[in-house]
Amino acid sequence: MIINHPLLGPRDAQEFVYLGDARLIERPDGMAEGAPQAFHDHVYLRDNPAGEHRELWYHEQGDRSWLVVTRNTVTHEITGVELARDVARAKGRSR
Amino acid sequence: MPEHSLKAVTPLGHAAPHAETFGPITIAEVTDVALASVAARQGRAADVAAAAKRIGLDLPPPGRHAAGTPCSAFWMGPEMWMVEAPFSTHEDVVAALKPAFGDAASLTEQTDAWARLRVTGADLPRLFERLCNADLARAEAGHAIRTTIEHLGAFLLVRSAAEIDVLAARSSAGSMHHALVAAAKSAF
Repeated sequence: MIINHPLLGPRDAQEFVYLGDARLIERPDGMAEGAPQAFHDHVYLRDNPAGEHRELWYHEQGDRSWLVVTRNTVTHEITGVELARDVARAKGRSR
Repeated sequence: MPEHSLKAVTPLGHAAPHAETFGPITIAEVTDVALASVAARQGRAADVAAAAKRIGLDLPPPGRHAAGTPCSAFWMGPEMWMVEAPFSTHEDVVAALKPAFGDAASLTEQTDAWARLRVTGADLPRLFERLCNADLARAEAGHAIRTTIEHLGAFLLVRSAAEIDVLAARSSAGSMHHALVAAAKSAF
């Protein structure tokens, strides 16, 4: 499998480590009302789609950047790769 | 202060840098380069770029190496570079760079974290295609590629078509040297 790194171009998937669902970026506010339930959902609840999935990959044997990869879990076709930093900032996070 | 008379050894454990030739390929240790990583602190990328410009240091774009005098640099990650300087004049490389970058960047000395093996010879892609999946046939001079060789992380700095520096963790320098020697003997 080849992941088309936004900065470095096509790289072999063996350079990367897989983390999981890209929703992990959306860490709840620990000080907000209902935080225990929000953290329970954040840590334990995942969709497991047969089809398009947004997931976090880490370029461990490369530039050490986190990527959000949109991958079809049935065909392994990769339709989008973004820097996780950019995805988080687009959601209004500071870093 | 006690008097120490300790002898420095090279990453491969020799008194002087070791070089050996295998057919058209020469693999040599290089120990005269001091290293420091420069990582821009959050939101300070522009300050780091300005500071580098002031001291004539070229911070290259992703995947590249920029040679300079006295300091060169290669890209390691987003807003992070490794600076190379002559060991003879910049042994304390962080102290030399800190005044320029101030609190805009975090500097870490990395000189003794890495072993530099300089591989010279013709047809180097034929050697490295046995070791890693870096596309050296298409990498011209000035590319800096991080990859794995025999499960060890390494930087390949393409200095010219006939000269590539392999930066490997100093603690596994012997293993990396063995991998390069085995591939050189097998390829040529």
